[in-house]
Amino acid sequence: MAGIPHDHYEPKSGGEKWLHTRLPIVGLLYDTLMIPTPKNLNWMWIWGIVLTFCLVLQIITGIVLAMHYTPHVDLAFASVEHITRNVNGGYMLRYLHANGASLFFVAVYAHIFRGLYYGSYKAPREITWIIGMIIYLAMMGTAFMGYVLPWGQMSFWGATVITGLFGAIPGVGEMLQTWLLGGPAVDNATLNRFFSLHYLLPFVIAGLVAVHIWAFHTTGNNNPTGVEVRRTSKEDAAKDTVPFWPYFVMKDLFALGVIMIVFWTIVGFMPNYLGHPDNYIEANALATPAHIVPEWYFLPFYAILRAFTADVWVVQLVSFVTGGIVDAKFFGVAAMFGSIAVMALAPWLDTSSVRSGRYRPMFKWWFALLVVDFFVLMWVGARDTEFPHDWISLIASAYWFGYFLVILPLLGVIEKPLARPATIEEDFDAHYPAKGSDAVAKPAE
Amino acid sequence: MLKKLSLATVSAVALASGAFAAGDAGHTHDVDFSYEGPFGTFDQNQLQRGLKIYTEVCSSCHGLKFVPMRTLADEGGPALPEDQMKAYAKAFPINDELSNPKLFDKTTEEYRTLLPTDNFPALNSANAPDLSLMAKARAGFHGPMGTGINQLVNGIGGAEYIASLLTGYTGEEKEEAGTTFYENTAFPGGWIAMAPPLYGEDVEFADGHSNELHHEAEDVAAFLRWTAEPHQDARKRTGFVAVFFLVILTVLLYLTNKRIWAPIKRKD
Repeated sequence: MAGIPHDHYEPKSGGEKWLHTRLPIVGLLYDTLMIPTPKNLNWMWIWGIVLTFCLVLQIITGIVLAMHYTPHVDLAFASVEHITRNVNGGYMLRYLHANGASLFFVAVYAHIFRGLYYGSYKAPREITWIIGMIIYLAMMGTAFMGYVLPWGQMSFWGATVITGLFGAIPGVGEMLQTWLLGGPAVDNATLNRFFSLHYLLPFVIAGLVAVHIWAFHTTGNNNPTGVEVRRTSKEDAAKDTVPFWPYFVMKDLFALGVIMIVFWTIVGFMPNYLGHPDNYIEANALATPAHIVPEWYFLPFYAILRAFTADVWVVQLVSFVTGGIVDAKFFGVAAMFGSIAVMALAPWLDTSSVRSGRYRPMFKWWFALLVVDFFVLMWVGARDTEFPHDWISLIASAYWFGYFLVILPLLGVIEKPLARPATIEEDFDAHYPAKGSDAVAKPAE
Repeated sequence: MLKKLSLATVSAVALASGAFAAGDAGHTHDVDFSYEGPFGTFDQNQLQRGLKIYTEVCSSCHGLKFVPMRTLADEGGPALPEDQMKAYAKAFPINDELSNPKLFDKTTEEYRTLLPTDNFPALNSANAPDLSLMAKARAGFHGPMGTGINQLVNGIGGAEYIASLLTGYTGEEKEEAGTTFYENTAFPGGWIAMAPPLYGEDVEFADGHSNELHHEAEDVAAFLRWTAEPHQDARKRTGFVAVFFLVILTVLLYLTNKRIWAPIKRKD
């Protein structure tokens, strides 16, 4: 692997040499595990391990659940009840899997916002960022289809609403929707293909995760200062880094332990807190629930989808300019996908040469507002669309786009960044000064 | 700033999750059930009383199609003795034969009696919802402001909703398109098609336990909580074991991590 200079695996015994000349797998594992990692990484760098754990947890529990689940509209709901009542430990499997999805999204949002704050998306890590965004999209697809499988009321009506989004695409929309559903409405064909894809996509995600890790192992990790590891020599690099094993493996495992305590508390004592009671009512195509609400992790984007109604002037303008081809419904769909697209384009929208938000005095505040904005969208996504929720969702959606399309490009031009440490070692020594010596420079912070 | 993000995420999840608009939801009062909180377990006597109320009153219109008869003998449930459970299953009436084709015996051309391995019969003809999962299919507490924070304190509240519904009749009636509706303070919209099923003193308990209306309502609500979540007690035990060992593991990981980093951080 290119990148930071460090000691590589050297086969010693005859057997090791024999294997290494044929398949350098031990070397690959060694270099991956011993990769030099900036020693100043803070606690926001633990989410990658949490996400890896979530993927493994979901795949293992999911495979066992699939052994007992029946993807048929007449039997799916009953088979889930069969799992929770009759399968040994089935209630734990199911609650672990359902709440595991929530943990997955808590971790991915923390991971993404970490990247946004510390500028992890900037050159040379654009590919890592883009792959990450694709993983996030695949996660959303997987979670959405998984939520349909228990075949409760929210499963059915959520599927009806979300697949209906594709119907909003001008011209081909209706055809596309029918093709996706396997028929004119959500039915057995839909349930079957969603089960099939829900089983497939996690393995696609696993492959993408490997590429994601490969990409940032090539560029090296970002770190809270945004200053690159020195690559001038192996000795310089060693001053800025420690090997991933055991230093960060232990740190990440400790963090994972803390998160697992919270997670198991939820699974053990309040496993339905994050779910919707309506999903314990079997799907019924003739009875629409009073409020169709997606799972919490989709709410921010659901809010953006609903924000752009036909009485918003931007929607009216676009509708007029396109001769009515782009109506309010399609505008909303475009806005929802666009809100993720602008995030994916952050490497090119952010004009600042400074990577880390720590040294960007104006950016800090706009970023804090983006985090607040995200939670406002999440809250308003679960509300009805009456006043003042319509205005709140519109303003919050506008800020989301404004942050990426206006604020990020402008800040790079008008902002005066603070002084940055010259090296990671300098930053680290400022936090952990050598005993009885104050020879170490003390930068800001 | 970002250190606070994880905390903020957790609290926002809490805010958003329970946050489902309540609409014109009725009023649910909190009931202090024995199974609440991490240490709470089902009260076996209460579940047996609830089973009796279900059997003598509710079961004429409502099915429990997801509940296997044998589970009535399970630990952490009503825990009927094995022979009682078998006798109960055998005597249980099939009120709606067409909904239960599996119970039709082709050789005798008659509906057979229930075995412990059978579920309670389905009951679709009375146009009344199945009650197996009712205690999880309703939420009692949404607020404040629909944020769902009350659910952290009081639970989701399905059983409380059932108890509130059964005691929530005001006595007012109205006719609409040939159907009689009864005013109920717990039911969303305020008017329900179900006539008051319980008035108090509807069943007699062998041990002379109170059969006042609110006691009956709470007993049957607790029973339906069990039918919805039959392994609740076992799940909580698993939760305890898991959290206990995770705390030990995490402390060990903390100490290990601290120790290996000490030379790097010059703290040794």
